Amino acid sequence: MKFERFGLGLLKGMTVTLTNFFRHPTVDQFPEQRLNISRRTRGNELIWSRERCTGCGTCAKTCPQGAIEITTSTNTVENKYEVERYQVDTGYCIQCGLCVEACPYDALFMGYAFERAQYRRGDLVQSDDALLESPQRPASGYYHPDIAAKLPRQTLLVDRIVEKKE
Amino acid sequence: MTWWPGNYWWHWLFFTVVLIGFVLVMVLMVIYVERRALGRMQSRLGPNRTGPFGLFQPVADAVKILLKENIVPDKADKLVHWLAPVIAFAPVVLIFAVIPFQNGALLADLNIGILFIIAVSSVTTIGVFMAGWGSSNKYSLLGAMRNVAAVVSYEMPLALSVVATVLVAGTMSLNGIVAQQTIPNILLQPLGFLIFFAAGCAEINRSPFDLMEADQELVAGFHTEYSGMKFAMFYLVEYAEAVAIAAIITTLFLSGWKGPGLPPWLWFIIKIFVVFFLMVWTRATFPRVRIDQLMAFAWKFLFPLALINLFITAGQVLIWPDGLPWYVIFINFAIAGVLILFGSKLFKLGWGRSEV
Repeated sequence: MKFERFGLGLLKGMTVTLTNFFRHPTVDQFPEQRLNISRRTRGNELIWSRERCTGCGTCAKTCPQGAIEITTSTNTVENKYEVERYQVDTGYCIQCGLCVEACPYDALFMGYAFERAQYRRGDLVQSDDALLESPQRPASGYYHPDIAAKLPRQTLLVDRIVEKKE
Repeated sequence: MTWWPGNYWWHWLFFTVVLIGFVLVMVLMVIYVERRALGRMQSRLGPNRTGPFGLFQPVADAVKILLKENIVPDKADKLVHWLAPVIAFAPVVLIFAVIPFQNGALLADLNIGILFIIAVSSVTTIGVFMAGWGSSNKYSLLGAMRNVAAVVSYEMPLALSVVATVLVAGTMSLNGIVAQQTIPNILLQPLGFLIFFAAGCAEINRSPFDLMEADQELVAGFHTEYSGMKFAMFYLVEYAEAVAIAAIITTLFLSGWKGPGLPPWLWFIIKIFVVFFLMVWTRATFPRVRIDQLMAFAWKFLFPLALINLFITAGQVLIWPDGLPWYVIFINFAIAGVLILFGSKLFKLGWGRSEV
């Protein structure tokens, strides 16, 4: 005779919820407590390096969404391309990372930040200086192991869940 | 004071004000307790943004809900739609009129107190059905129909388990029932307590039996078309009913205001919270039942068990007419165990073809 069908199953279920009741909660309180995300994350923005970019346009050709727009002019004196305008519509970006992998001069990185919600679609279009790396816009270690080595390790649990941090 | 009609009216005014205040404050506290406890049982924290430990969350909810627009559907029966929340709310407050907070401290010490509760508490269903009918929405009507079916079915085991405690106490006055309980009735009537708890939870649509407002099937059941103040009334009714059932269980089975040390009314409130915690606990644990399971559980499991329990209690009262001795506790726990085993063994759905 299995007693689970005779009310014991109910009691077993109730012990599970009671142990959870006395256990510490496991959800982190997001704005106050943050987990470190993966070091190789593909955040929803692109980091572009003006110094390294040669204006070859490989990234724009690889992009499956056609989100990257690059305008160049010819510098006849030094015999090279001059990047006039580099524009990414991150609203179209699918964070596939193909542009980062394709760049032959390591001038593109995926972003490490992820809080980039905007009120208008137009604000999602970023160009030129807005794409450069800055403390607010760190580069992710995606496809760049040297950067990944410097980022903090990913954490899966916050040490101690607190009610509210003032 | 010559203009004042007399002591009786002072009593009436005092207890009316106190009871309405008690119900409203208890509802706020109980909502907070429910949300926090449910959160912890699901390994979350629960509301914690408003005030220390989220204590003001129910207040914030109330303010938000009262500021919302009151939408009435075009095809709704306006009068019925408007009256329904009021009719649902009034009987819940009436229940508290006969529940003693301490010895003799109650609005009306009726000698048929428990009968009054059973009669009045069912009126809420009319309000609920009016809401379902008046909003001219199929989901509302389905939810209301399910609610009526559940209340009609669960009233039987509920009343029968109450009758057993009345037999033990020898009185129907709730104050008398409490005064008589030297041993809490939960020990003398373990099966009666379980039946009353299950039937009570089903009657007030609490979670294992909340298929009248099953979100996945019926949007929100009978209050789908309600918003703003009128929705707040239904929300209030839901939790006021939970407090009422907890108070009735406290009075009938947990020896009401009796207890050592603390003042009686505090004991009463503490016991209400204990019973309510039990409700939250079952809500957090059990999945929702189907409509056929709901009906079968009432008619094939609770009803025969309540009937047998009533007969056994009647026999015991015949054998020991001067109050049940303490060793009956063990007999009754054994009987409860055996009856639950047999009831579960014989419990079948659809002639045994569908899963229980």
